[in-house]
Amino acid sequence: MSLKALIRAGFLMMAMLLSGGALRASEGGDGHGDEEKFNAGKLILDHIGDEHGWHLWGHTTLPLPVILFDTERGLKIFSSSRFDHGHATYDGYAYVDHAVVAVDAPPDPNWNLWEAYVSKKRIWDLSITKNVMSLFISLGLLLWVFMSVAKAYTRRAGQAPTGFQNLLEPIILFVRDDVAKSAIGEHKYEKYMPYLLTAFFFIFLNNLMGLVPFFPGGANLTGNIAVTLVLAMITFVITTVNGNKHYWQHIVAMPGVPGWVLAILTPVEILGMFLKPFVLMIRLFANITAGHIIALSFFSLIFVFGETSAGAGYGVAVGSLAFTVFMTMLELLVAFIQAYVFTFLSAMYIGSAVEEPHHH
Amino acid sequence: MLLASLVEPSFGLIFWMTLSFLAVLFILRKFAWKPILDGLKDRENSIADALNEAKKAREEIATMKAGNEALMREAREEREVLLKEARDIRDREIAGAKEKAKAEAEAILERAREEIRNEKNAALAELKLQVGELSVEIAEKILLEKLGNDAAQRALVDRMLKDAESRLS
Repeated sequence: MSLKALIRAGFLMMAMLLSGGALRASEGGDGHGDEEKFNAGKLILDHIGDEHGWHLWGHTTLPLPVILFDTERGLKIFSSSRFDHGHATYDGYAYVDHAVVAVDAPPDPNWNLWEAYVSKKRIWDLSITKNVMSLFISLGLLLWVFMSVAKAYTRRAGQAPTGFQNLLEPIILFVRDDVAKSAIGEHKYEKYMPYLLTAFFFIFLNNLMGLVPFFPGGANLTGNIAVTLVLAMITFVITTVNGNKHYWQHIVAMPGVPGWVLAILTPVEILGMFLKPFVLMIRLFANITAGHIIALSFFSLIFVFGETSAGAGYGVAVGSLAFTVFMTMLELLVAFIQAYVFTFLSAMYIGSAVEEPHHH
Repeated sequence: MLLASLVEPSFGLIFWMTLSFLAVLFILRKFAWKPILDGLKDRENSIADALNEAKKAREEIATMKAGNEALMREAREEREVLLKEARDIRDREIAGAKEKAKAEAEAILERAREEIRNEKNAALAELKLQVGELSVEIAEKILLEKLGNDAAQRALVDRMLKDAESRLS
């Protein structure tokens, strides 16, 4: 089993190597004219960041819809291929540093000095970027998987689980028994199960998909702060909406604490209320992004050394690939752990909000 | 610039994430999590029920077994009592019979003795009678022979008197 995973990880690394080489080639062939050096930082940031259009391999990029809401010009929808990887403007918009900006003077679409004309005007970018596409794919996958598993539960009611149902049941039971029941309590956990399960499987699936270096994986969705922000916000809203009298009492006026201490304690408690989801957001973002950065850094070493001499590149490749494989294996573990940690802490916060006062 | 974009949440992604995640959350809640969690709970309940029933059945069997044993013990005790009673009755009967037989034998013996005594007495009486008659006959014959003369008769009277005299003294 572990050998099989190792072999598979090896293949993934090979694929990564090839796509990385292609990426380097495409960068070399840029229209800027000068011989561009391999830039590890740019490679890594390109991989963990977002982009309009999905780079598949070599010069092949899957164009995705750009959707803009311009306060002056209304809704604009066009293909990301119109920007030609940032070498062209389209309809008064340009693509600079992975962001769509408005340009003031677009006299000629092929005129490449438009960078000086970037407008300060704010436009709302609702484009289906690589991350949004990846989000849709993963959510579609979740819908398909769990609706079919649910069907198995109704069709084979009361019987032992089989197949895919059998694979997922222990994880569902883990979330129910070790996350929800232990953090929220036997009597109140049921109401929060849909969110905890959805969040757990969403994070877990996207962590895993982020480890796959090619389409439809490769997007760094759970390492994107917008995604973790929304997840943390949902936890915050659930906690705040469901907070009972006991919870608010402990935040506003901790019982049994003298007034002058409350003057310090209450602001701290209120700050803590917002700090908890904030930490939730940062933790998932930082863990997943850091994992990607480390794995890609080891990987980039090959090309950094390869630039000095081909021999050094091949020499470093052996150790570097081994480290990348090791990091990817570690990331497989982290994928599960971070999904668990996010779900468990969410459950803890919800649990603290709905907890009944103890009578000692 | 790129690094800054990494920690700055993009509006578009927040928008799509909120919209699509919540939509999927509500769809899954209704069409996936509810049947899955209900199914799991039902199955767990049915397993727990089955286990409880098995336990109850085991307990019932145990109580039945205990009842059977008590019944058996009772039956054994009763048999012991009956046997003992029977033995007692038999002993008593045998003792009684022995007693009775002994008494009967005693009575029979007594009657036999009585009869023997009577027979003996009768025989003695008859013997006496015959001896008397015989002696009288003999005496008659002797007397006829010896006392045919006066002298002899006298001598006899004298001897008789002497005898009587010696017997009286």
